[in-house]
Amino acid sequence: MTSDTVTRPRRVKTRMRPAQRRTAVKTWANTAAIAVVALVFTFPFIWMFFTALKPEDEVFSSSPTFVGSEVRWQNFSDAWTLVPFGRFIFNGFFVSILGALLSIIVAVLSAYAFSRLRFKFRDRLFLLYVLTLVLPQEVLVVPLFIMMNKLGLVDTYAALIVPFAFTAFGTFLMRQFFLTIPLEYEEAALIDGASRFRTLWSVLLPQLTAPLSVLAVFSFIGYYNSYLWPLIVINSQDLATVPLGLSMFTGERGTQWSLMMAAATLAVIPSLIIVALLQRQLIKGVALGGFGGR
Amino acid sequence: MAISTSPGVIASSEAVAPAADQPAVRIPTPAGKKKKGDGLTALAYLAPGFTGFVFFIVVPLIGSLVISLFEWPLFGSPTFIGFANYEKLFGDPTFYTVLLNTVIFAFVYTAVNLALALGVSLWLTTKLKFSGFWRVIFFLPAITPMVANALIWRLMLSQDGLLNSLLGTFGIEGASWLSDSRFALLAVITMSVWQSFGYNVIVLSAGLGGIPKEILEASRVDGTSAWNRLRFIILPMISPSLFFTMTMTMIGAFQVFVQPQILTQGGPGESTNTFVLYLYRNGFVFDKLGYASALAWILFIVVMLITALQFAGQKKWVNYDK
Repeated sequence: MTSDTVTRPRRVKTRMRPAQRRTAVKTWANTAAIAVVALVFTFPFIWMFFTALKPEDEVFSSSPTFVGSEVRWQNFSDAWTLVPFGRFIFNGFFVSILGALLSIIVAVLSAYAFSRLRFKFRDRLFLLYVLTLVLPQEVLVVPLFIMMNKLGLVDTYAALIVPFAFTAFGTFLMRQFFLTIPLEYEEAALIDGASRFRTLWSVLLPQLTAPLSVLAVFSFIGYYNSYLWPLIVINSQDLATVPLGLSMFTGERGTQWSLMMAAATLAVIPSLIIVALLQRQLIKGVALGGFGGR
Repeated sequence: MAISTSPGVIASSEAVAPAADQPAVRIPTPAGKKKKGDGLTALAYLAPGFTGFVFFIVVPLIGSLVISLFEWPLFGSPTFIGFANYEKLFGDPTFYTVLLNTVIFAFVYTAVNLALALGVSLWLTTKLKFSGFWRVIFFLPAITPMVANALIWRLMLSQDGLLNSLLGTFGIEGASWLSDSRFALLAVITMSVWQSFGYNVIVLSAGLGGIPKEILEASRVDGTSAWNRLRFIILPMISPSLFFTMTMTMIGAFQVFVQPQILTQGGPGESTNTFVLYLYRNGFVFDKLGYASALAWILFIVVMLITALQFAGQKKWVNYDK
C-alpha cells in the first residue's frame, strides 16, 4: 500500500475515492444510529414537556399523542402560582451560590495549606481527609439534624448551606491542582516581599480558574439537586429548594400531572442551561473523578 | 501528579500513598524559621476548613455511633439503652429486607450501569459526527434534579401511563410496573441507570481517550480482531477508570434514596424499600433517631467493607503502569 502511494499516486487516489465515500456513509449511518438512541434516551424529557402542555384530563390516554386537544401554556403559570415555585427557584439559586462560594473558599485555603505549607501531622491529616471521600453522607444526617436542632438552625438557610461546604473533595481537588503549578512563580513573589495571601490570590489563583470553575459548577449542582437533607431540615414552604418544592406538589390537591410536569420542566430548565453553557467544566470535572456516583 | 491523565485519582492507592509520604512541594523559608515550619500560618489557612471538617464530618460520624446507643426521639430527652438498638435491628425482618433490596439494587445497578457506559463510550470512539454532543446528551439526566427525573418516570410507568399505552397498541397488556412487587425494584433500577450512567460514559471516555492511538493502530495492522483488541488492549488500559467508576458507582448505589422514595415510596409492601429510605423513615417519620443511627452505622460498615473488598480485588485486574 505505501509503496503504491509512492510510485503511483494517481491510481491510488482514484482507488481511494469510493472507499472514502464508503467511510463517510458509514460515519453518517453510525451518527444516525446514535441519534436514534439519544432520542429514545432523552424521550422522558420530551414527554415531560408535552405532558406539561396538556389539559389534565388528557394526560393519561390509551392512544397517547404529543399534543392534546389544546396547548395549555397556562399550566406553567398555574404551576408557578399553585405552589410558590419562583420562591423555590430563588431558594435553590441562593443556597447553591452561597454554598458553592463557601465550598471554594474553604477548599482553596485548605488546599494551600496542604500543598504549600509545612506543619506537623500535615500528611496524616490529609490522609484523614482523603479517607472521608468515600463516607456516605447519609451516615451523618441524624447527628447533623440534632446539631442543627440544638443550635436552633432547623428551618434556616444556614442549615441548608453550611454543613455540606466542608467535604474533603474540594480540598482534595484543589490540592491536586496546586501541586501541578511550579513553585518558581511564588518564590519570586515571596522574595519580592509579597505576603502569602497575596501570592495565593494574585499568583496562584489566576492560574487555577479552570479547576475553580469546575469546583464551582459541581458544588452548585450538588446543592441545587440535594433532596434528603432539605427534606429533613426544612419544614416551611418558604425555604424549600427546587427538589423539595417539587415533591410538595404531590401533596397539593392530589396529583395534577400536567401541572407537576410543568413544574418539573421549570425545575429542569436551569440544569439544562448549566449544561449548555458549562459543558466543558462539567466534563472535565467528571473525568477527574470524585463527582461521580451520586 | 499528572491530573489530566488520572481519572482514578481517588481510587488508585498510588494517588493516596504519595500524598502521605512524598513531601508536598515546599517553599524554602529563611533559615531561622526552618525548624518551626509554617505552623502558625498553616493554622490560619487551615482553621476554617478544618473546623468545619471536624464539626460537620468527624463529630457527626462519631456522634452517629453514640446516638445509636440511645433511644433518641426527635423532641424530648434521650435514654441510654446500650446495644439494644442493634439487638432490635438484627431481629427486625424489615432490616434484612432493605439490606437485601439495597444489595440487589447496588449490584444489578452497578453492573448494568458499567456495561452500558462502557458500550456507549466505546461507541463514541468510533467514527461519528458530533461525538462530544452525544456524550453531553447521555449526561443530561445526571445533572437535572433527581426528583424531577423520578417524577417523569413515575408518570410514564404508571398503570395507564405512556409505556402501557404503547404496549397496548401492540396488543400487550402492560403490568403495573410500580405497584407490582415483581417489577417495582426493576423499575427503580432502570430509572436509576438511565439517570446516572452518563457520568460513567464521561469517565470511561476520558480513559479511552488516554490510550495511545499508535497502540491501537499497531494491533489493527497486526490483524487483531476487534474483540481481542477490546479484551487484551482496551480493557486493561482503562482498568483504572473502570475500577474507579465501579467503586464510586457502588458507593453511590448503597445510598439510593430519591428513586424509591419518589417512584414507589418503598412499596409495594417493602419490595423497593432501601437502606437509606428505611433510615430516613425511622429517624424522621417514626421518630427513632437512635435506631436510625444504628442503621447508619451498619450502612457505613457495609459500604466500607465493600469498598475495601474492591480495593483488595483491584490487584488482580487493575493495571496502573502505562
